[in-house]
Amino acid sequence: MNQTTAAPANVIRQVIIASSVGTMIEWYDFYIFGMLAKTISTQFFPEGNATAALLSTLAIFAAGFIVRPFGALVFGRLGDMIGRKYTFLLTLILMGGSTFLIGLVPSYKSIGMAAPLLVLLLRLIQGLALGGEYGGAATYVAEYSPANKRGYYTSWIQTTATLGLFVALGVIMLVKLNMTDEQFNAPWGGWRYPFWVSIFLVIVSIYIRMKMDESPIFTKLKKEGKTSSNPLKESFRNKANFKMVLLALFGAVMGQGVVWYTGQFYAQSFLETKCAIEFEQSRTIMLWAIAFATPFFLFFGWLSDRIGRKWIMLTGMLLGVLLYRPIFSTFLKDTNVKEWEANNPTMVKQDRKATVHENSYIIQVAAHYETASGEKYTRVTTDTLSQADGPIQSGSVSNKPATYTNKHVSKGTYMWFIFLVWIMIVLVTMVYGPIAAFLVEMFPTKIRYTSMSLPYHIGNGVFGGLVPFIGLLLTTSIPGDPLVGLWYPIGIAALCFIIGSIYLRNKIDQDVTD
Amino acid sequence: MNTLKKILGFVWLLLGPVVIYFLVQGAITHIDPKGTKDINNPVIWIIIITIFTPIAIGLMIFGYYAVKGEYSHLPENSQEL
Repeated sequence: MNQTTAAPANVIRQVIIASSVGTMIEWYDFYIFGMLAKTISTQFFPEGNATAALLSTLAIFAAGFIVRPFGALVFGRLGDMIGRKYTFLLTLILMGGSTFLIGLVPSYKSIGMAAPLLVLLLRLIQGLALGGEYGGAATYVAEYSPANKRGYYTSWIQTTATLGLFVALGVIMLVKLNMTDEQFNAPWGGWRYPFWVSIFLVIVSIYIRMKMDESPIFTKLKKEGKTSSNPLKESFRNKANFKMVLLALFGAVMGQGVVWYTGQFYAQSFLETKCAIEFEQSRTIMLWAIAFATPFFLFFGWLSDRIGRKWIMLTGMLLGVLLYRPIFSTFLKDTNVKEWEANNPTMVKQDRKATVHENSYIIQVAAHYETASGEKYTRVTTDTLSQADGPIQSGSVSNKPATYTNKHVSKGTYMWFIFLVWIMIVLVTMVYGPIAAFLVEMFPTKIRYTSMSLPYHIGNGVFGGLVPFIGLLLTTSIPGDPLVGLWYPIGIAALCFIIGSIYLRNKIDQDVTD
Repeated sequence: MNTLKKILGFVWLLLGPVVIYFLVQGAITHIDPKGTKDINNPVIWIIIITIFTPIAIGLMIFGYYAVKGEYSHLPENSQEL
């Protein structure tokens, strides 16, 4: 296809829809496992069983860190040899099938160790499929796009990761709000529904993709007999290409990965665990911010066709470096109950629970408070009393250190937090919107799928996926600073900004047919 | 700019071993069979060190190429790859 002549609008629309819907479903499938990890652990990986704990660790960590890049190599190679269409059709079937089957695996109580083994196997297939999907979808759309719209058209693919997160958050919240916690967490309860929903989405997506043709550029290459016979060797053992793979990783994708993860996952986790904001508010803050920020993927994709990809991505990283600490510091400050307590909150309810444990009582008092400006929170105090101390006295735990949970912020703070998360997701759109076109333009057609998939999944999966782990590592090492975990994404984004600024160029490749 | 690219190449070349050192050091410090956190879990450290060591070596190779001037000129088209 002539890169200066656009394919008919209806063809391009179909190509974008076929690629984007499938990729969004793959992200949805991948996310729901992580979001339901706590429930999945109790169903499949019971505490106190060392083997189950090992399998749980592998299911969570290996799927993202090892299997995703491995999937990029396996399916990238396949995509460069047999074609984009059939490869990303295969990844979709593998992903959808394994997600649906996770929802059907009986619990550990029913089938014992077979349960965690099956879940691990299916989770690894999910990671493998995700590793193969993105490169195929991005390459497929880019190879249909005219040069002056490549950034804009591929940015539709870039919306899918965030939309997948949006749909996953929404579906889980919808199910959870329509049943009790007991019904949701039961062995065949509501937590399985998001997995079952996947099969309908996948069938629709497979149907759409089946009707699509192979990428015109790849078809031409195949007709001419110019496809690669060994894409792995040509990608990574050819020095000229390998140095571009390294440049893509360290000068762009590594920083994109940490900005992407911090703005979406770390923010959500921080609001829920460090700020202790109640489930519904923390989730809806994310949902609104994502909904308002998603169009910016398209905007920055479009803009990159006009001013180039490099500086948009690097500006997103630089703003992350500068803004993360002030934003997260505001989250902590505005949810600090000590400040709310200065406004004379009213106690609306108090629950007391005493449990007998050997020769002592464990007493827990949960007092629910409200302030005049609309904040609500629960103050929980716990104490252990010896039975020899006699009957439990009212107020016996009032002087114990308290923890604060279920914080409900005021309307104004809620809107403010949506805005702050929105800023972080706009940074995600800056680094992520133009990156598909950027990667496609770096590599030749015959090894494009392989060459761009590996750095993408190392950057996104490994560098991004390590944000919570390194955050925990830093918090444990330097416990005095609750924001210390942010130094990892800030450091990686800063490093990537320096490498990108100095080594990358801002040229848009007019011809990706070569 | 090309001189700066080459000089910084030495930094990337040295950063690789530093990353590996800190990872191994972190593993030695934090692995604790009695611990309950992720950072106490040896399996996670094995996965991370296994996956990060080749990446750190990649950073060293990137630095080496930069020092050798391989990034002074980036390919203009696929014929140069």
